[in-house]
Amino acid sequence: MIGVNFATPGLRNEVNGEKLIFPCNKFYLGATNSRNQQTNPVFRHFISLQRKSFFRSSSFGKSLAIKILMGFFALYMLASFLGLGVALYFILEKQFPGSDPLLILSEYLVYWVLAELFMRYMLQKLPYMDVKPLLIQPISKSRIIHFLLGKTAFSFYNFMSLVFFVPFAVVLVNKDYPAIQVAGFVMAMVFIAQAINYTNFLVNKNEKVLIGLAVLLALFSGLEYFDIWSVTAYSGQVFYSFYSYPVAFLLPLLLVVVLYTINYRQLKQLLFLDVAVKKKTQAVSGSDLGWTRRLGNVSPFVRLDLRLIWRNKRTKTQVFISLAMVLYGLIFYTMDDFGSTSAMLVFVGIFITGIFMVNFGQFIPAWDSEYYGMMMAQNIPLRLYLESKSVLISVSIIVMFLLSIPYLYFGWEALAINTACALYNLGINIPVVLYFGSFNKKRIDLTKSPVGNMQGTSATQFLIILPLMVLPILLYLGIKFLFSFELALLILSLLGVGGFGARNYLMEFITSAYRKRKYAMVAGFGERNS
Amino acid sequence: MITTHELSKKYKNQVVLNLPSLSIPKGQSFGLVGNNGAGKTTFFSLLLDLIRPSTGYVTNGDVRVDGSEDWKPFTSSFIDESFLIGYLTPEEYFYFIGELRGRNTSDVDALLAKFEDFFHGEILGQKKYLRDLSKGNQKKVGIVASFIGDPEVVILDEPFANLDPTTQIRLKQIIKDLAAKKGVTVLISSHDLIHVTEVCERIVVLQKGEIVKDIETSEATLKELEHFFSGDAIRQEA
Repeated sequence: MIGVNFATPGLRNEVNGEKLIFPCNKFYLGATNSRNQQTNPVFRHFISLQRKSFFRSSSFGKSLAIKILMGFFALYMLASFLGLGVALYFILEKQFPGSDPLLILSEYLVYWVLAELFMRYMLQKLPYMDVKPLLIQPISKSRIIHFLLGKTAFSFYNFMSLVFFVPFAVVLVNKDYPAIQVAGFVMAMVFIAQAINYTNFLVNKNEKVLIGLAVLLALFSGLEYFDIWSVTAYSGQVFYSFYSYPVAFLLPLLLVVVLYTINYRQLKQLLFLDVAVKKKTQAVSGSDLGWTRRLGNVSPFVRLDLRLIWRNKRTKTQVFISLAMVLYGLIFYTMDDFGSTSAMLVFVGIFITGIFMVNFGQFIPAWDSEYYGMMMAQNIPLRLYLESKSVLISVSIIVMFLLSIPYLYFGWEALAINTACALYNLGINIPVVLYFGSFNKKRIDLTKSPVGNMQGTSATQFLIILPLMVLPILLYLGIKFLFSFELALLILSLLGVGGFGARNYLMEFITSAYRKRKYAMVAGFGERNS
Repeated sequence: MITTHELSKKYKNQVVLNLPSLSIPKGQSFGLVGNNGAGKTTFFSLLLDLIRPSTGYVTNGDVRVDGSEDWKPFTSSFIDESFLIGYLTPEEYFYFIGELRGRNTSDVDALLAKFEDFFHGEILGQKKYLRDLSKGNQKKVGIVASFIGDPEVVILDEPFANLDPTTQIRLKQIIKDLAAKKGVTVLISSHDLIHVTEVCERIVVLQKGEIVKDIETSEATLKELEHFFSGDAIRQEA
C-alpha cells in the first residue's frame, strides 16, 4: 500500500511491543514476589531483549545481497580480530625479542582504552527511547533504570574485545603462562570494557569530552613519538599488574559498580518524558537562499536540496566527508610507485571530483523518499526535478575540481588528469548516476543518525561503481597502452563534452526510466523498514 | 470533472477497490465514507496516480491521470504527513508549494493571511521545522498548502482527524466556502459522519472497495448513515 501510515513506524512498534508486553508482565508479577526472586528473570530478559533487538534490527531485514555482503564484512572483521588475537603473541615476540609480549601489549592498552571510548562515543548511545513504553507501566522508576543500564551490559560492543582477548589468552596459556593469572587478566579486560561502557553514558552528552579524548590521544602519541614522556611505561605497569596479581580484577569490577551507581543517580533525576526521553528539536537555521533564483526554473528544487543537505545530519556529514576527500589524492601522489600518468591517478581524479556525486547522487531520489508521494502528486514535471539534481551535482563537481587544482604541485599531468576526469564526470557519470537512481526504492529516514547508516543501500549501490569508476579507468588504460597518455585524456574529456552535448536526449531517456518505475518507487519509499 | 472507467485495484487476488463508473461533476463537494480498509485512500491514491490501477483508469478534467501529467496544475491534495517536507519551516513549505504552482511569496502571504484564525498562532513565525510540529499542526499546514494556487480539484484524506474541536469547526467553514464560492471540486474522506454530512453535497459509502450507498445529502442523511454503520446493515450485507 502507499505511504498512508498514521501509526508510528512499524518496526518500532513491533520491537517495542515485544519489549513492552513481554517484560512488563514479568516485572509486574515480579513486584508482588519477594525481592531476591526478581533478579534472575529480570536479567534473563535483559539478555533476551538485547538479543531480539539485535537480530530484529532493521539491518537484518535487508535484502539478501546486502545481508550476504554485510555478513561477509562481519565475518571478515571477526576473523581479523580472532586472527590478530592468535597472531599477536608471535608478532610481538618477533618485533620485541627478549621482552614479554604480554607486557608490550599492556603498554599499549592505554591507547586501546582511549580509542574504544572514542569509538563508543561516536557509535553508542544510551537507548532512552526504548524505555518510553515502560514509563507508563506499573514498574518502579528505579527498575526501569536498572533495566536501561543493565541492558547495555550485554551490548554487542562489550563483547568485541573478548573476540580478541580470548584467543590471545589461549595462546598465553599454551606458552606456559599460569592459567589462573591469565584468567585474572582476561577478567580485568572484561570489566574494563564494562567500565568504558558506563563511562561513555556519563560523558555522552558532552561534546567537550570528545575533543578532550582526541587531544589526549594525540598528546600521548606525540609525546611518545618525540621521546619526551612515555605513557606506555605507566600503562604497562598498570595493566600488567592485572596479570601479576590476578585478584586485581576486582578493582575494575569496583570501578564498574561505582560508575553504574553514578549513572543510576544521574538518570533518576533525568528520566522524565520532557528531559531524557525526548527527541531533540533542532533550532532553525534560516536563510532564504535568494541567490538560487538565478538558476531559473530549477531554483525551487535546488533550494530544497540545499536545505535537505544542510538540515539533515547524514547529508551534512557527506558534504564534510566529500570536502575532506580532496586530500585523498595526497596518498597516491606522494607514492612514487605510480608514476605521474598511472591509471590509479585516473581513479583518484574521478573519485575526488565525483565524490559528492557518488555519495549524494547514488541515493537520488531516495533522499526525497519521506515525501516522494507528494512530489509525484504535486505540479512538478519529473524532468525538471531531475534537472535540478543534475545542476546540484554539476556544481559539486566543479567545486571539487577547483579544490583539486593545487595538485598541480605534483606536475601538469595531475591537473590534466583531474580536468579530464571532471569533464567525464560532468558529461557521462551524472547521467549514469541519475539513471541508476531510478532503481532506488529503499526509503531513507533523514532523521536517522549518519554513523554506520546503511539505509537506502541496495545492490544498485554496489553495481554503480562499475560504470562510474571502472569504465573510465579501463578506457584510459587501453588508449594509453595503445596510443598515448595525451590521447587517453583527450578522449575522456571528449566523451564528457559529448555527453554534455547529448544531455537533452539523455535526460529524456532518464526521465522515462523514472516514469516507468514511479509506482514501485512510491510504494518502496512508503515502506518504513526497508 | 472526475470519472472512473472500469477502475479496479487488486492486491494479489484480493479486490480492494472496484469503481466501474463513478462520476464527480465539477464544483461538487464529494464525501467518501467507509470503515478502515474500505478503499478510500486507495481511491485517492489512484486519483493522484500514486498506485497503478489493476484495470481501467481515472480521468481528471478530461486528462487520463496515468497517461499524462497535465492534471497536476489544477489538482492539489493532502493525503497524510508524508506530503510534508520535514526539514522545512511551514513558511518555506508554503513558498515552495507556491513556486510549484506559479505563485510568488506575496501571493502566498496573501492567502496565508486568510487562514490566520485557522492557524491559531501556532504555525507561522514559530522558527520550527515541520517535523517538530505536533500532528495536528502538521495537518493544518498540509491542508492550507493544498489551497495554494487556486486548484480546481482539492483532495483531502481524513482532514478532520487529529484536529482540535475549534479547528475542526473552522475547517468545516473553510471547506464549505471553498466548494460554494469558487466552484471547486472538493473530495474528502472521513470517519466522522457528522462532519461529512455537514460539508458535502454528496456522500458515497464504500465497503470492501464497492460503492454501497450514493446519497445526495439531506436532513435524513446522517440518520441513514448512522443506521448503516451501526452494524445491522453491515452484517446483513456481509
